Amino acid sequence: MITLVVAVLAVTGSALVLVASVGVLRLPDLYTRMHASTKPATLGVTLLVAALAVHAGDLGIAARALLIVLFFLLTAPVAAHRLGRAARISNVPRWEGTVRDDLAPELSRRRGEPDSS
Amino acid sequence: MSAPTGTPGLLGWNLALAAVWAAALGEFSLVNLGVGFALGFAILAVGGGAFGTSRYPEKSLRFVEFAAFFLGQLLLSSIRVASDVLTPTHQARPAIVAVPLDAETDAEITLLANLVSLTPGSLSLDVSDDRSVLYVHVMFLDDVEACRREIKDGFERRVLELLR
Repeated sequence: MITLVVAVLAVTGSALVLVASVGVLRLPDLYTRMHASTKPATLGVTLLVAALAVHAGDLGIAARALLIVLFFLLTAPVAAHRLGRAARISNVPRWEGTVRDDLAPELSRRRGEPDSS
Repeated sequence: MSAPTGTPGLLGWNLALAAVWAAALGEFSLVNLGVGFALGFAILAVGGGAFGTSRYPEKSLRFVEFAAFFLGQLLLSSIRVASDVLTPTHQARPAIVAVPLDAETDAEITLLANLVSLTPGSLSLDVSDDRSVLYVHVMFLDDVEACRREIKDGFERRVLELLR
């Protein structure tokens, strides 16, 4: 039973990480690639670490597994946000299928004024 | 992230009670700590008023509700991003959407922006200089108003309920 749970968690986790990597290759621009690389990868790593914790069945290892997930949840969105923001501000081209950009007027307004940020 | 007043106190007591329970049984196993935490929570929910007024039990339920909602969102949108990656044509309709903010403090905006970024299919890019608008890059835009409502009703309302 435990083996089955571990197997399901590990396989699903690996599949998600694989999908994330394929997404980085296949999606059309930096922003959509960020979607693929950060989020399914976080979920994938969470499942893999959960598989490890269930497999070990040990409080010390479970605690460390929980910490790994916690650090991932704290760092992944911040890194994604900083990369995405820097890319948009330095005008990394968006895919031609992009349907809307509400940030453009805000950015040109900032360029008009002396901007310290 | 600053917790509302009263919460850390009772959470600390709850953790202490869990440790006491495990110590009384003589074994600090995950099961003993878990049972101790549940028993401690029940005691504090009934008699926590003795430590002064606190919204700890109510907040905890909100937190559990929020965690369940968030996991659901994470799964749903992971599947959506994955299906776009794995099918040969691009169905993505990427867009940068301005979402007006009700969140005011740094903690509220930070938590909201991080949760939005954690959900596949949406990535917070920037906050306007006057901190009234959050700019979100979404991967599948069907309807601008529906997208704003999803973030405001789904995430922001819950974040504010949790922090205020």
